[in-house]
Amino acid sequence: MPKQADAYQEFIKGLWRDNPVFVQVLGMCPMLAVTNSAINALAMGGATFFVLVASSILVSSLKQWIPKQVRISTYIIIIATFVTVTDFTLEALVPEIHKELGAFIPLIVANCMILGRQEAFASRNSVRMAVVDALGMASGFLFALFALGSVREILGEGKFFGVDLFGPSYEPWVIMILPPGGFLTLGLLLLFFSWVRERKEKLAERLAETEGELS
Amino acid sequence: MNDLVWIFVSALLINNFVLAYFLGLCPFLGVSGRLETSFRLGLATIFVMLITALCAWFLNTYVLIHAPYLRLISFIVVIASTVQFIEMLIKKLSPTLFKALGIFLPLITTNCAILGLAIFSTNKGYGLAQGMIYALGAGLGFTLALVLMAGLREESETAPVPRLMRGTAINLIIAGILSMAFMGFAGLFSAA
Repeated sequence: MPKQADAYQEFIKGLWRDNPVFVQVLGMCPMLAVTNSAINALAMGGATFFVLVASSILVSSLKQWIPKQVRISTYIIIIATFVTVTDFTLEALVPEIHKELGAFIPLIVANCMILGRQEAFASRNSVRMAVVDALGMASGFLFALFALGSVREILGEGKFFGVDLFGPSYEPWVIMILPPGGFLTLGLLLLFFSWVRERKEKLAERLAETEGELS
Repeated sequence: MNDLVWIFVSALLINNFVLAYFLGLCPFLGVSGRLETSFRLGLATIFVMLITALCAWFLNTYVLIHAPYLRLISFIVVIASTVQFIEMLIKKLSPTLFKALGIFLPLITTNCAILGLAIFSTNKGYGLAQGMIYALGAGLGFTLALVLMAGLREESETAPVPRLMRGTAINLIIAGILSMAFMGFAGLFSAA
């Protein structure tokens, strides 16, 4: 089934190889501010997940009717509609988290990752592929936010989802939950990911070399 | 009066849009390679922020009391079209000014710092004068962060940075240290 393999490739692409945060470094504006704890990161990731998937479905199914000249503004209005829906839903369901995320939920609109996916993928592909692509990218984003939020909460408060990890003798690194911690953690995570990628490439090179020698 | 000064200093230094709220990071990391370019981008941002504050105040006072759920969409549409309109106006009236700021204007319109400004000043319930001062402070703060970052980056290009760390990783760490330095301004709170 080549079709299924394609879909799987698209999904994995967003989750790992082209991860929107660690590889493409997109959508940082709303993410650094809210990742001071794992739960906030999950809420933000979930909200972005919904907005990205829903607008990808709408854009890819409307693509014949959107005139080329005004496509960007159309995408933005579609995205803004879903963000408004998310904003009100979160306010109704989980008021405490909504209060903590505050102004950063509406700012999902300005996440360049979402607009980028509409322009680069959803507007040119079938609804099915657009959904798969959006699911992959959104999961990649969620994963990155969660990684960032976990690191910051564990180091900054010694807790994970509010559960104490190290006992009372642990001195929390308060800096990690403050703004500078966001920049530093993301910088170090990016470093880690490019290190992993380089190791993998080197390994592949060496494998190719030994295979060449064998044949 | 005291109130306005306080809003200005707070937006400029203590709650710097880039270094404390992480807004406008895309241009912050993308354009801050050259000192000259980042200064001009900063000026263009101040300009757009002032327009934004005016639009946001207008919308809040006359439109959004009737339809609060339109807030996000109307902010985006109105700000983007006003900026576009003023861009055309500048092009006609002052080609030199257009040359200096022009290419940046469309870029800035979809910047999260602009939308963030509109949303923050609405949430804080600022009036017209307060909103304009807030916009001026935020814009100057953005310019300050951008110019400082550009200076640091020009230096770091010649520094012996490990190869893997070059690019975004080292820039983020520099930004983190800069942000730590700006946290010192929070002391102004207790002084006042």
